Amino acid sequence: MSSFKRKAAPYLMTAPAVVLFVFFILVPIGYAIWLSLHAMRVRGAGFGIRTEVFVGLENYVDALMDSAFFESLQRMLLYGVIMVPATMGLALLFALLLDAPRVGGKRASRITIFLPYAVPGVIASLLWGFIYLPAVSPVTSALKTFGLPAADFFGDVSIYFSIANIAVWGSVGFNMVVLYTTLRAIPKELYDAARLDGCAEWQIALKIKIPLLRPALVMTSVFTLIGMLQVYSEPATLRPMTNTITQDWVPLMRVYQQAFVENDIYLGAATSVLLAGATVLLSLGALGVFRVRNARSAG
Amino acid sequence: MRPRSKILPTAVLALGGVYAVLPLLWVVFASTKTSEELFTTFSGWPSFNGGLTGNLSALNDYGDGRFWLWMLNSLIYAGGGALLTVVVSAAAGYALAKYRFAGQRLIFGALLAGVLVPQITLAIPQYLLLSEAGLVGTYWSVILPSVISPYSIYLCRIYADAAVPDEVLEAGRVDGAGEFKLLWSVAAPIMTPGLVTVFLLQFIAIWNNFLLPYIMLANDDLFPLTVGLYSLLNRGASQPALYTLVITGSLLSIIPIVALFLFLQRFWRLDLVAGSVKG
Repeated sequence: MSSFKRKAAPYLMTAPAVVLFVFFILVPIGYAIWLSLHAMRVRGAGFGIRTEVFVGLENYVDALMDSAFFESLQRMLLYGVIMVPATMGLALLFALLLDAPRVGGKRASRITIFLPYAVPGVIASLLWGFIYLPAVSPVTSALKTFGLPAADFFGDVSIYFSIANIAVWGSVGFNMVVLYTTLRAIPKELYDAARLDGCAEWQIALKIKIPLLRPALVMTSVFTLIGMLQVYSEPATLRPMTNTITQDWVPLMRVYQQAFVENDIYLGAATSVLLAGATVLLSLGALGVFRVRNARSAG
Repeated sequence: MRPRSKILPTAVLALGGVYAVLPLLWVVFASTKTSEELFTTFSGWPSFNGGLTGNLSALNDYGDGRFWLWMLNSLIYAGGGALLTVVVSAAAGYALAKYRFAGQRLIFGALLAGVLVPQITLAIPQYLLLSEAGLVGTYWSVILPSVISPYSIYLCRIYADAAVPDEVLEAGRVDGAGEFKLLWSVAAPIMTPGLVTVFLLQFIAIWNNFLLPYIMLANDDLFPLTVGLYSLLNRGASQPALYTLVITGSLLSIIPIVALFLFLQRFWRLDLVAGSVKG
């Protein structure tokens, strides 16, 4: 009896997670794929009754031919080219500084840089949005006092930096803390020999710390990349403040528009399956590259 | 004598801190301004003409106290959701770490793959499925999809693996404790630091979530803060008078989560996230 109980226990313990996983992840994925292969079509001549029919890969062809989606992808990539290196670069820089000897104010800096992580993306976008908005911007009024021309944060090019800045602001701290925590777990003796050999701190950082950080760097980069693919709340929140941001500015906004504005759930599903597929491929790719490298350095 | 700090690295780090707090400082200043002052005075400095109390009472009056309802909703979604996540994830993570059973690899593999699936792309099918079930537009439509978090289960598994010794469990079994009693009164207390981390990560993730409640909810009274303030700004685009409401609302919505964050930050075990737990 007790051995039966012991055998049943792990199944009972994992049951809630498995049930929720099936209902809220597995079934939605399956449903999204099913939807993406169907469409509403008028059946029969002249009656105009619309029914759901299987259309094969038609939606995918439409999604890939959709110029609005394509443009939103380009904008997302431009945004990502700024956001990802800036986030990872700053997070790494700050983490290394926190771990370096003879740097002052570490505790205060660590907490303040981490703080924006607790601010919702929508609220962060509101705050930065007002700082960008000419009528209330402290930057604009400061520039004016010095007789300088006003900065345009919502220009055709500057908008990418403005939106990337919001995401960078919100995510540098988290990545910094993850990297810093990893650095602290490295035995300090590893640096002693290098110091005795007269290595400067920046050389130790470059030659010892960064290589040891690689697993954590890969993981945080993958999360940042996923964040890039899912960018939504920043441009959506800023949209009421400027005309530069269109209703389909990034891919997820386009998906929302397809599904809920144009009422084509099927096309929206196909587009989001494409996006999810890209995310999984990208993550697996990054993790795979990492594994190959690790295997090589181990062998 | 303490060695002197080096100037350049200290300054760079401090600059990072300034960058992080500047927008927060700005919203504190801006919320002290009346609607008129907002557009006429330098916003890098506060005003002391009763703007703050005026803004607070205007926000309080908006839609008969709707703002406070939004805050309460956010607390319900984030607090309830995160609590349920911790219970579900702790049990699953513990079982995956401490038992050997058929199907274990399959379950863990599927969950790991789930970490990679962007939650947001699930939102449309989740919306359609929940609307079939008649749950769209209820609290459950936001809470239920948030409870399953493969990443939280993964973290719980790592933590249980590192922190809960097999000998302690065996000793409990010898004493005649049932498996669930072991989970509840032996493993869970040891796992607490890890569970606090999972709770916080999940609380912040749900509190900050926008797209899921935005898609699921149509009724103003069920909005969390993020969707509520967004809808307020959307209305305010044509009425700059609403700007001060949005600004004051933003400030008030940050205060509880920043307080929670600062209060609990010493309990965080972020080495867990970094994958280097030492138990």
